[in-house]
Amino acid sequence: MKRPVRWHIAVFLAPAVLIYTAIMIVPLFGTLNLSLFNTGPDGVEFVGLANFATLFGDPRWADAFWNALGNNVWFFIVHMLVQNPIGIALAAILSSPRLRMAAFYRTAIFIPTILSFVIVGFVWKLILSPIWGIAPGLLDLVGLKSLFAPWLGREEYALTTLALISVWQFVGIPMMLIYAALLSIPDEVLEAAEMDGITGMSAFWKIKLPLILPSIGIISILTFVGNFNAFDLIYVAQGALAGPDFSTDILGTFLYRTFFGFQLQLGDPYMGSAIAGAMFGIILLGVCVYLFGIQTRLRRYQF
Amino acid sequence: MAQARISWGRTIAAHAILITWTVIALFPVFVTVVNSFKSRRAIFADPLALPWPEHFDLVGYTTVLKQGDFFGYFQNSMIVTVVSLFLVLLFGAMAAFALSEYRFRGDMLMGLYLALGIMIPIRLGTVAILEIMVAGGLVNTLTALILVYTAQGLPLAVFILSEFMKTVSDDLKNAGRIDGLSEYAIFFTLVLPLVRPAMATVAVFTMIPIWNDLWFPLILAPAEEVKTITLGSQVFIGQFVTNWNAVLAALSLAILPVLVLYLIFSRQLIRGITAGAVK
Repeated sequence: MKRPVRWHIAVFLAPAVLIYTAIMIVPLFGTLNLSLFNTGPDGVEFVGLANFATLFGDPRWADAFWNALGNNVWFFIVHMLVQNPIGIALAAILSSPRLRMAAFYRTAIFIPTILSFVIVGFVWKLILSPIWGIAPGLLDLVGLKSLFAPWLGREEYALTTLALISVWQFVGIPMMLIYAALLSIPDEVLEAAEMDGITGMSAFWKIKLPLILPSIGIISILTFVGNFNAFDLIYVAQGALAGPDFSTDILGTFLYRTFFGFQLQLGDPYMGSAIAGAMFGIILLGVCVYLFGIQTRLRRYQF
Repeated sequence: MAQARISWGRTIAAHAILITWTVIALFPVFVTVVNSFKSRRAIFADPLALPWPEHFDLVGYTTVLKQGDFFGYFQNSMIVTVVSLFLVLLFGAMAAFALSEYRFRGDMLMGLYLALGIMIPIRLGTVAILEIMVAGGLVNTLTALILVYTAQGLPLAVFILSEFMKTVSDDLKNAGRIDGLSEYAIFFTLVLPLVRPAMATVAVFTMIPIWNDLWFPLILAPAEEVKTITLGSQVFIGQFVTNWNAVLAALSLAILPVLVLYLIFSRQLIRGITAGAVK
C-alpha cells in the first residue's frame, strides 16, 4: 500500500524555506556571482577571479584590504581574550548556589547588550571626550589624570578602545549562555566531587569547565562570526571613514565604503561584491576550522 | 568555624565583583538618563550631578517630541520588530515542528540547509538583496525590512526550536491523534504551548539585532517616513552636535521600549536556554 502524500509537512516547511531561500540564500549566491564581473571597455563583462586578484594584490586596493583584515583580526582577539573570560567568570559567580540578587545582577549586566549601537557609540564618545570629560574627571578623582588620553582620537589606541566598548556591550551574551550551561550541570556530579574533596575553585577548573567546553566552543564561533560582520559600532563612533586615518577600518566598514561610495569615492558594486565574497570565504574558513578541527575533538558528556 | 569564614569571604568577594561589573555596565546608561533631565548649562558644568530642582529641565524631551518625527520612527521600529518577530516565531516553529516530528526523504539535508544561515551573515548578500528590493519596488518600505529580518531570524529559530520540540512527549501527540486532532491542531494546541520558554529565548535573541540594526534601514529604507528609531536617533546626532538636550532625551526614550520587551521575555529566558538547545 502506498502511503498518502503528507501535505502537512510541506505546509509546515514552505513559508520558512521560501523566505529563507529567496531573501538569504539566493542573494548570497547573487553576491558571489557579481564578484566575478566588472566594467570593461564594452560594458560589464565576466572577469573571473580578477577582482579578487586586484583586491589582494593591487596596491590601490590591497593596502586597504589587508589593513581592514588585520584590524578585524585584532578586534576578534580582544573579544576572545577579554569578553569571553569575563563572561565565563561572571556566569560562574552568578551560578553559585544561594547567591542573593542573582536575577538583578543578571538583568543589569545584560542591559548594555540590548542597547542600540547609536546609544553605545554616542555615550562612550561623550564619556571619553576630552572636552566634556567624564573620564578625565573620574581619573582625576583617583589621582590618575596623567593616564588620560583622547583614546578614540589616537591611531594607536582607537581600535582597541572600540573593541573594549564592544566587549562592554556584548559580554552579556557569553554570560547568559555559560550561565545556562552551568545551571544544567546536575547536582549529583558536583556533590560527588565534593565527597572527593573537590570544592570551590578547583571544582570549577576540574569539573565544571570541562563540562561547559562545548558551550565555550559555540560562543567562540558566534564571536568570530559576529566580529567579522561588525560594522555598526565603528560606523556610529568613527563614521564610514573609520578614522583616525583608517586605523579602525574593519571589513564591514570597508565593504560599506566600497559598495556605496563615500564622499569623494564612488560606489563600486563589483569590488564591493568581491569584498563580500572575501568575507564569506574568511567566515566559512573559520566555521570549517571550528566544525572539523575543534568541535570533533570536544568530548560531550550526557547526564 | 573556619569553613563559615571562608564562605563568608567568598560571598563578599562574589558580590564585590558583580557590583563592580554592574556599575560598569550601567554607568553609561546612568549618565545618559541623568543628563537628559538637566539644562544645557548643567550638563556641561557637572555631568555627574543628579538633576536636582535647580537645574532640572525637560527642554530636551519637549524638543524631541516637537521637532523630529520621533513617534513616527518609534512606530516604524515597533511595526518592523513585532511583525518580524511574529513571523520568525510562527514560521520558525512550523518548520522546526516538521523537522523534529516527521521522518521524510531529505529531512537531514533540510535541517542542515536551514542551519547554514546561523553561520553565514545575511549582510553579505546585501548587494543582491538591494537589487531584489529595487526590482520588487520595495525600497523604502517597511515590508523590505520585515522580509530581511524574517529571513535573518529563521535559521537560529528553527535550530533552537527543533531541539526543544524533540523533547515534547510522543505519547501526548499520539493521544491527540487518536482523539482525531489534525496535524495542524496538534501543532497549534499541543506543541506550541509546551515550548513557550524556547520561544521566549528565540524572541530575545531575534528581537535585539532587529531593533538595533542600522545596516538594513540605512540601505533599504532611509526615507523619512520609514526610518526606524535607530536610524532616526542619528538625526539628532549631527556631525557638529548642537542640541545636546534633545540627543540625550532621544537616546533615553529609545532605551525604554526594548528594555520593556526584554523584561517581558526574560522571565522565560533562563528557563528557556537551560532546558535544551544551546547547552
